[in-house]
Amino acid sequence: MKCDFCDTKATVFLTQLVEGEMKKICLCNACAKERGVTDPTGFSLADLLLGGLPGGPGLAIGNPTTVSSGGKKCPSCGFTMDDLKKVRRFGCSECYGTFSDEVGQMLRGMHKGATHIGKVPEGLMANQIRTQRLEELRSRLDQAIAAESYEEAAGIRDEIRTLDEVNH
Amino acid sequence: MMRFATLIKHPADWMTGGHGSHGAVLTSRIRLARNLRHHPFPGWAKREQRATALGVIRPAIEALSVMKDAFSHELDDLSSVQKQVLVERHLISREHAARGHGSAAVIERRQSFSLMINEEDHLRMQAIRPGLQLSAAFEALSALDSELEKSLEFAFDASLGYLTTCPTNLGTGLRASAMLHLPGLVLSDQIGQVLQAVNKIGLAVRGLYGEGTESLGNLYQISNQSTLGESEEMIIRRLERVISQVASHEQNAREKLLEDDPAMVADKVGRAYGVLRHAHIIDSKEALNHLSLLRLGGNLEFFPRETVLLCDALLMDIQPAHLQLHAGSKLSPEERDCSRAEILRSRLHSLESPDIGTSLKGNSEPLDHSNPENT
Repeated sequence: MKCDFCDTKATVFLTQLVEGEMKKICLCNACAKERGVTDPTGFSLADLLLGGLPGGPGLAIGNPTTVSSGGKKCPSCGFTMDDLKKVRRFGCSECYGTFSDEVGQMLRGMHKGATHIGKVPEGLMANQIRTQRLEELRSRLDQAIAAESYEEAAGIRDEIRTLDEVNH
Repeated sequence: MMRFATLIKHPADWMTGGHGSHGAVLTSRIRLARNLRHHPFPGWAKREQRATALGVIRPAIEALSVMKDAFSHELDDLSSVQKQVLVERHLISREHAARGHGSAAVIERRQSFSLMINEEDHLRMQAIRPGLQLSAAFEALSALDSELEKSLEFAFDASLGYLTTCPTNLGTGLRASAMLHLPGLVLSDQIGQVLQAVNKIGLAVRGLYGEGTESLGNLYQISNQSTLGESEEMIIRRLERVISQVASHEQNAREKLLEDDPAMVADKVGRAYGVLRHAHIIDSKEALNHLSLLRLGGNLEFFPRETVLLCDALLMDIQPAHLQLHAGSKLSPEERDCSRAEILRSRLHSLESPDIGTSLKGNSEPLDHSNPENT
């Protein structure tokens, strides 16, 4: 059995239940030591799994048919798949959108959940809610006009005006 | 702007604060990671881009009323010894000290908040409090975060939460941790089980100094690993619960040791006292271990209560960069070992011998007289 990180003979075998699936990792003595696996106080299986990005060195996470990312490049900062595999971190906040498939894979088993619960930036939340609401109202306005319900349309138009005023 | 010398001269609020139980939990720390939108993350950004981000973040922090007269410096302006001292004081991370151009640290004058700009993330803020005060530390830091949010646009995604350079910090961007002193569990050989149990719950444990399970000074840090999928309150509540249990086990272990083998405890504390008071050459490993026992002695009331705080202060003052700062020059390892011993002798000069006899509970057993040199 070869080590999953380098090609030496594996002597350490780890299995753990991650999100209902049995995950197995094989390591040689050197890699086990390097990744703190022999240290009972501290390694995280998630960190080990993180080392395996699709097509990169390490393990394929979850589904063996890995996501083909082609020549994806972040339009905002120029970060590429190769960069991701090399440094295992992202280049900018837009990358999370650019590489959303890879992010999904990386997150498996890393945290307690895949969706954020908790603090939200206040100013931001208010803006998002307002933006969504405005979109809804505008579409309802179009529908009302199309249905010739002019009184309803007037009411919606007033609501839009009020909401919009908050922006200024 | 506060000077380095002034910042360091005064012990941190959390070192002298009387809130802590002074028992097993020394300090609690909350760290939040935040990044700006529209700016590449520090590790990927070019020099000019890091400078731009710094130019946006630093004034926003300095404008906060709580950061009035704060210590605010680019790391390039500090010497490597100064940076090391900040690391030893837990004010900046080891990684941050290694950062190059464009990184800065803004530290509140009483050291209860410290903010790192352009570490792995654009902004890493932390709050430290004495004892087990994770919730209080979080409330305070979160308020600072909310204040900053009014002038800085943080990268945030409705599904992934706060966006961080490394996915391991996504979501809340929260790393909550506490430093514990666990000599009772170590001496009674229970430390391995306890650490394994903590690991099983999904928390990380590591020795503060030393490798693996061996921890110099019997000091351990317990922290959360997951940052996404749970709210800050849930993460902190779990951590507090587990830490309280560990602290409670530690308390029980100490009591049991006193009951079952008081002579052993007395011997260890006594020897630690003897060495620390009189050694002229002492390396950091030995010093940390003896200070740990002296601190235990303080908890067990062999010494006055203030001894515990004194030990906590000494734990930092005997660190290598602290020694060099004290000496005012670079020291060889041998010189450090002498300087360390000198500082210990001097600071413990007025500490009286441990009062062990009367402190041992239900001590009806006579002390061991088999060694005629025992007094």
